[in-house]
Amino acid sequence: MKGSEAVRTAERVARESYGRLVAFLAARTRDVAGAEDALSEAFAAALRMWPADGVPDNPDAWLLTVARRRQTDALRRRQTRSAGEEHLQLMAEEMEGAAGGAAEIPDRRLALMFACAHPAIERGMRAPLILQTILGLTASDIAAAFLIPPATMGQRLVRAKARIREAGISFSVPDKEELATRLDAVLDAVYAAYTKGWNEVGDAAPELADEAIWLGRLLVSLLPDEPEAKGMLALMLYAEARRPARRDRAGAYVPLERQDTGLWDSTMHGLAERLLREASSGGPSGRYQLEAAIQSAHTARRKNVADTWPAIVALYAHLERLTRSPVVTLNRAVALAETEGAEAALILVESLAGDRRMAEYQPWWAARGHLLARLGRRAQALEALSVASGLATDNAVRRYLQEQAATLRDG
Amino acid sequence: MRYMMLIHHDEPAMAAADQKQLWQDYAAFNEALAKATGASSGERLEPAGKATTIRTLGEKTEVLDGPYADTKEQFAGYFFVDVPTLEEAVAWAKRCPSSRFGSIEIRPLHVPGADWK
Repeated sequence: MKGSEAVRTAERVARESYGRLVAFLAARTRDVAGAEDALSEAFAAALRMWPADGVPDNPDAWLLTVARRRQTDALRRRQTRSAGEEHLQLMAEEMEGAAGGAAEIPDRRLALMFACAHPAIERGMRAPLILQTILGLTASDIAAAFLIPPATMGQRLVRAKARIREAGISFSVPDKEELATRLDAVLDAVYAAYTKGWNEVGDAAPELADEAIWLGRLLVSLLPDEPEAKGMLALMLYAEARRPARRDRAGAYVPLERQDTGLWDSTMHGLAERLLREASSGGPSGRYQLEAAIQSAHTARRKNVADTWPAIVALYAHLERLTRSPVVTLNRAVALAETEGAEAALILVESLAGDRRMAEYQPWWAARGHLLARLGRRAQALEALSVASGLATDNAVRRYLQEQAATLRDG
Repeated sequence: MRYMMLIHHDEPAMAAADQKQLWQDYAAFNEALAKATGASSGERLEPAGKATTIRTLGEKTEVLDGPYADTKEQFAGYFFVDVPTLEEAVAWAKRCPSSRFGSIEIRPLHVPGADWK
């Protein structure tokens, strides 16, 4: 355990340094792929050597030295070819300049994240881009987490980087007026990476959740005055704190209502509470602060501090006005069952039936099934639970829904 | 985009599974597919042992007992999904119980006249 801890630390430092250098070079040359190429071998060497040999005193300088050596070799090999040479020369000069003052390389990672989450970049590619450029994850690691073939993911990443260059996307932190909307896209991308790591329970998943939380911490440290960044980090930490309680020893799914709150990670949970308090201390509440507040209310409820269902319904109503998302409406309906009863909740759930997205949304069918069961409409409940189990992509969730149906059938 | 989902089973692994559970899973999957995407056609095939394969080389036609390829996983059936992205087709493949007893190949249907992209 201790050994793997050291490996993890070395890897973190390498990723930290790598991301900072990629961001620095890319911001100067506007060429993300080129910056990654220039540093890739040095980064691979760091991942190989640092866990065993220890982290160097100045990781940035170490990476730059190795990268420059490789770059000089590449330049020498390509003397006869003109294509690309000028560019390599530029990259080499940038690295030369950076190495001169390696102790104070400006942190341009925030600007790089804004470039990756630019409106001109396809929404679905923003999270993969950030994971690759800031953290140095490989296309195949990202592909596995996003359930995309590795070659397809690789091509999409290459296209997205070309787009950054061709569309003239600027490497800058937007000014005050634009910041809120542009920041939303960055937060959404990081949160998308987290939910990939949350929904999938497989091998690569918890690591991706870890990386997303790390990015969240980075965002909070780079934008200490942005409450939404804190809200998002808090939201991820509330969820992550519950991870140990989500499955029982046999691997079966445990819903929030039946989780052993003693298994929740109290350190992570405490941090989430603190971040949420800081975020909500002033000013208007954004989407992530509201979602984090809802998770905080669920925690208080489960720990028998107070009946927070009315607060949860009110928070969802607020969130609904903000996002107009049918998923939020569905969640409000589930909470409404606890304050107004199943009948009122079912009416709200059924009001979403016309939305095509709900037809293949497993939680919609599951919520409908549970409400129908509470109202004694057994045949319809069984049908809904069966469809929900057919839509589940996670085996533990599928079994849970089938058990619910079996209990209803026999009961 | 319309995708054909080609199911390949590891027949012994499939036979060793809890059959009641398996067909319950399949019934739920078919119901979900029908409810979510409207009517969806698909067929299940008899085991590969009942296959006959023919091949004509020049003037000579060979008729052989058994499937086209002698591999661990055998073609076992198919269904279609009509979804906007490959990601959604992957989600449907993951939902299909057969993905746990072999593999599902996802192939976009050829659109006559459309250029290759």
